[in-house]
Amino acid sequence: MTRTLMKGNEAVAEAAVRAGISAYFGYPITPQTELLEYLSRRMPELGRAFVQAESELAAINMVYGAACTGHRVMSSSSSPGVSLMLEGVSYIAGTEIPVVLVDVMRGGPGLGNIAPAQGDYNQMVKGGGHGDYRPIVLAPSSVQESVDLTVLAFDLAEKYRTVVVALSDGSIGQMMEPCELPPMQPLRTEFPEWAVTGSAGRERRYLSSINLDPPAQERTNLRLLKRWQEIEANEVRCKEYYMEDAKFAVVGYGSTGRVALSAVRAARAEGIPVGLIRPVTLAPFPTKVIAEAAKKVEGMLVVEMSSGQMLDDVLLATKGSVPVEFAARMGGVFMLPDEVSTEIHRLVKGPLTTDGHPRDRWLARMLKQN
Amino acid sequence: MVIKDTEFETVVYQRSETLEDVHTHYCPGCTHGTAHRLVAEVIDEMGIKGNTIGVASVGCSVFAYNYFDLDFVQAPHGRAPAMATGVKRVFPDHMVFTYQGDGDMISIGTAEIVHAAARGENITVIFLNNANYGMTGGQMAPTTLPGQKTTSSPSGRDVESQGFPVRAAEMVSTLDGASYVVRRSLHDPKNIRLAKKAIRTAFEVQARGLGFSMVELLSTCSTNWGMSPVEAQNWLAEKMVPYYPIGDYKVHSAVANLRF
Repeated sequence: MTRTLMKGNEAVAEAAVRAGISAYFGYPITPQTELLEYLSRRMPELGRAFVQAESELAAINMVYGAACTGHRVMSSSSSPGVSLMLEGVSYIAGTEIPVVLVDVMRGGPGLGNIAPAQGDYNQMVKGGGHGDYRPIVLAPSSVQESVDLTVLAFDLAEKYRTVVVALSDGSIGQMMEPCELPPMQPLRTEFPEWAVTGSAGRERRYLSSINLDPPAQERTNLRLLKRWQEIEANEVRCKEYYMEDAKFAVVGYGSTGRVALSAVRAARAEGIPVGLIRPVTLAPFPTKVIAEAAKKVEGMLVVEMSSGQMLDDVLLATKGSVPVEFAARMGGVFMLPDEVSTEIHRLVKGPLTTDGHPRDRWLARMLKQN
Repeated sequence: MVIKDTEFETVVYQRSETLEDVHTHYCPGCTHGTAHRLVAEVIDEMGIKGNTIGVASVGCSVFAYNYFDLDFVQAPHGRAPAMATGVKRVFPDHMVFTYQGDGDMISIGTAEIVHAAARGENITVIFLNNANYGMTGGQMAPTTLPGQKTTSSPSGRDVESQGFPVRAAEMVSTLDGASYVVRRSLHDPKNIRLAKKAIRTAFEVQARGLGFSMVELLSTCSTNWGMSPVEAQNWLAEKMVPYYPIGDYKVHSAVANLRF
């Protein structure tokens, strides 16, 4: 096994190359820009298409056009840029074509800053653009996982003709770690039966998201929802650590999940029976895993770098059956293992309650400190 | 002896192979039908039907894909040149064209058209300018003439508060990446013939890999202008042509020497 020391953004770019992208369209934005820069060298070297677009709006629509031909294509951006892309993402979802998008999240709202954050959870997991659709959302916690999920993203996008978002953040995009890269896949030379490739020798095809007949649009919506049910049934991915005998569970994803693992290990070393549930697919959400864990543990702690956007989904899964506590940093402030350790100790010490809202208790503590 | 009429018939005009045999949703007197026909004839004549991908836009031409016997994609409002860029970059040997109106191309899609031209994307843009937003019922567009009444400039476009019209062909022609940028009109047979020649030239530019080509077609919108088709054609000739002069705004030297 050959491992290469790579920056997260560049590793994702190389993974996409090896997954067989024919084209990349993007726009510079920190902390995602190395992905664009890497591909500006790599794609022409391989005789493949690279375009630095005039905006994220244009980039996602270049992706839309190229994806309609059945080629593997992608774009990447960071929070404010992804907001601009969501018009196109909705059209892509409505047209039912496979597209992979990488969001290297940063602090917000607004222009915010360039530090890591997880404030785009609701935006991506709940759809983001207008209309009724759900993208698959993958949440890597390391450079290696970013590589692996990039390859998986293309496979899932094509299997379900859907948008797949790899939801990373500035820390994973910027950090260097050793990783094993996937084998180089050949570029596509045959295209799916829905692809727009020129009508020579067959009936013409068109790809569109417009449907002026409401009942026909509703049939499309039902088809999308049925496909989503299949995705929910088949594609939930979740990592569990030390959960076999756990009396307490921490729930965190992406870089926060990884930080929480350090805190969980430290707590285990102290003899505290705590485990970690780290959702790898945020959509579909591992609702069942969390609901099952809720039956076994005395309390849960949700940690994330947003104001409790994933917390809402955990509360929907636990349905008030177990006390849930919450801890977070926001605005680009990175959560550290010691902070999670403190929260684990607070959880274990109690008192635990299902009354009130965990976000309110956390906010009261934060405001007191500040 | 009965002589069949057909024995003396010579076909001088028939449906283009590239057009579907369907009714369109366009209004009576609208020049979209003429423009569709011209594009289809050029595709017929060049024998590129199976190798051409169209990009429809948002506006009256949103359903263009229903009328051409071609593979088509349909772009979000203003984004057709970006979608066309995506298609062309993965299929460089295919012919790719956008079909856009003025609200789409030179209002919400200004960035996309300017940068597709600046990059010299090897695509063809068919741009219909009818001085208003047709699909939504005749609102003011960037191309609406000073003083022209629309549903969102009911007293006539006041340039003091609503600004001046945009001359798209002139603007795009300033970009080094643009190889062929011309304006034609669809208000009478002579101009329609000239328009077809320009569309053919634009497609030939793309076929030879010479870069970005755009044909602006001055068009009528009799319904929203509140005129009969004849009145609309006269209004186009008398009001629009002076503001939007017919002409060749950019003809790269490599294009000027084209023979086909």
